[in-house]
Amino acid sequence: MRQLLPFYALLGLAGLAPLWLGDYGAGLLLGMTSAAILATAWAMFSGPTRYVSLATVAFYGIGAYVVAALAESQPWPVVLLAAAGCGGLVALVVGLSTLRLAGIYFVIFSFGLAELIRQLLTWYEVNVTGTLGRYIFTEFQPRDLLWQLLVLLAVTLTLSVWIHRSRLGLALRVIGDDETVAAHAGINLARSKLTLFVISSVLISLTGAIQSPRWVYIEPSIVFNPTVSFTAVIMALLGGANRIWGPILGAVPLYLAFEFLSAHFPDHFSILLGLLFILVVFALPNGVLAALERLRLRKGAGV
Amino acid sequence: MSILDISGVTKRFGGLAAVSDLSFSVKHGEIVALLGPNGSGKTTMINMISGALVPSNGQIRFQGDDIAGRAPDRIARAGIARTFQLVRILPSLSLIENVVVPAAFGRRRLWGDEALRHAASCLDRVGLKARCDLRAADLTYIDQKRLELARALSAEPQLLLLDEWLAGLNPAELQEGIALIRSLTHDGISILMVEHIMEAVRALCPRTVVMAAGRKIADGPTADVLSQPEVIAAYLGEAAHA
Repeated sequence: MRQLLPFYALLGLAGLAPLWLGDYGAGLLLGMTSAAILATAWAMFSGPTRYVSLATVAFYGIGAYVVAALAESQPWPVVLLAAAGCGGLVALVVGLSTLRLAGIYFVIFSFGLAELIRQLLTWYEVNVTGTLGRYIFTEFQPRDLLWQLLVLLAVTLTLSVWIHRSRLGLALRVIGDDETVAAHAGINLARSKLTLFVISSVLISLTGAIQSPRWVYIEPSIVFNPTVSFTAVIMALLGGANRIWGPILGAVPLYLAFEFLSAHFPDHFSILLGLLFILVVFALPNGVLAALERLRLRKGAGV
Repeated sequence: MSILDISGVTKRFGGLAAVSDLSFSVKHGEIVALLGPNGSGKTTMINMISGALVPSNGQIRFQGDDIAGRAPDRIARAGIARTFQLVRILPSLSLIENVVVPAAFGRRRLWGDEALRHAASCLDRVGLKARCDLRAADLTYIDQKRLELARALSAEPQLLLLDEWLAGLNPAELQEGIALIRSLTHDGISILMVEHIMEAVRALCPRTVVMAAGRKIADGPTADVLSQPEVIAAYLGEAAHA
């Protein structure tokens, strides 16, 4: 874990940033941190197994909605625990029923899941509670939320390093290479995949929960916006979904790029996002880190 | 005493019975050949023993327990390892990682230095130790086969299923392969091998089971079995008699 020490220090510094950046800067940093967590948590499961999940926003939205439902009546730690619990429980149920699906079917299912939860919530809000939107009032300043997210990012990365070195990490890489071999080597496929899917989903739910007070007003179409799922995928792929640092390295520049694009070209954002997606997948299928490594190897071989 | 006891096993795919009412057994420390023309159901039988396929009927007893229909990971942990007809390595992992896998998830659940040492000794056995940090995808076909065997050995199986492991080797490699398999029986591993190379079968297997169209047509000492008219007919076709 020693390799993480400089990173913890960097996160500590980022935590000091709001003192001179002001609220806008803190907000920007907050969004970036959240993007880094989402990309890293996504890659934790999808990187080694190659099960491309588009359900990121499902868990993100669940986290946000738990906060909207509980924030006024419960202390914050309880709210966060509830968000983590709900996200984990949904991941468990969904995982049990779907992780047998292979490849493209899982992609489509995970995308459908986010839509399903959004539609169910909309139906519930309209027919049972009688309102579509909810307000989230907390006393948190942007910097308070930033600090919480920085801690969550540190936890996420520590977990990622730990899993990478553990039996579970090896199991997932074997599953990604060949499920038949994995099973015949004694690996319990369902349990390995499920464990990681749940861990990843809990982290994503917590991100949604911590970030939600920033919106103040939420409704299903805001917190279940599929763009969140797509951006997490593209960020992780840009950096390299199979590297510990890849998703973060992809998240920082792309978050800034998306901020710029959505501010200056709000009407064309989706088109630009799609183009970027295609570009990353074609030009850097294994991510920037892998491409750099290949380049270095080639140079080394040439000398 | 038998380590593997197959009784009345049938596997139907829709209306087609790939294996029907098959019974035979493998004794402790024995090395048995499973022969038969293409499509006779040999690989299907291996797949049922290893858990890749669930039998439609019948029992597969391994050390007394009926393992028919159990998940492949449970069967692997019980002590059965296999290689695949079309070699299956883990391309993105290094050789040593490939071989660590069954040790890490097997009965002894080795990890860390102990697992690495164990895996290195398995690679050494098949002659790949010097290249243990290479990526498996960079190996030649023959070396991939060796790697697959090292991976199977790493599980420390009591029963090893070899599905045409010797296929595709040149004459020198074949002799090496035969010696390697023979050395495994000295360790007390029981082996059931599907093989088309008669030279290897004669050299390695005192006993042979022959299948044709999903049924057992012969079971006995290899030389006797190979000279039985129905076995010759199954391989060469009935026309050979005419």
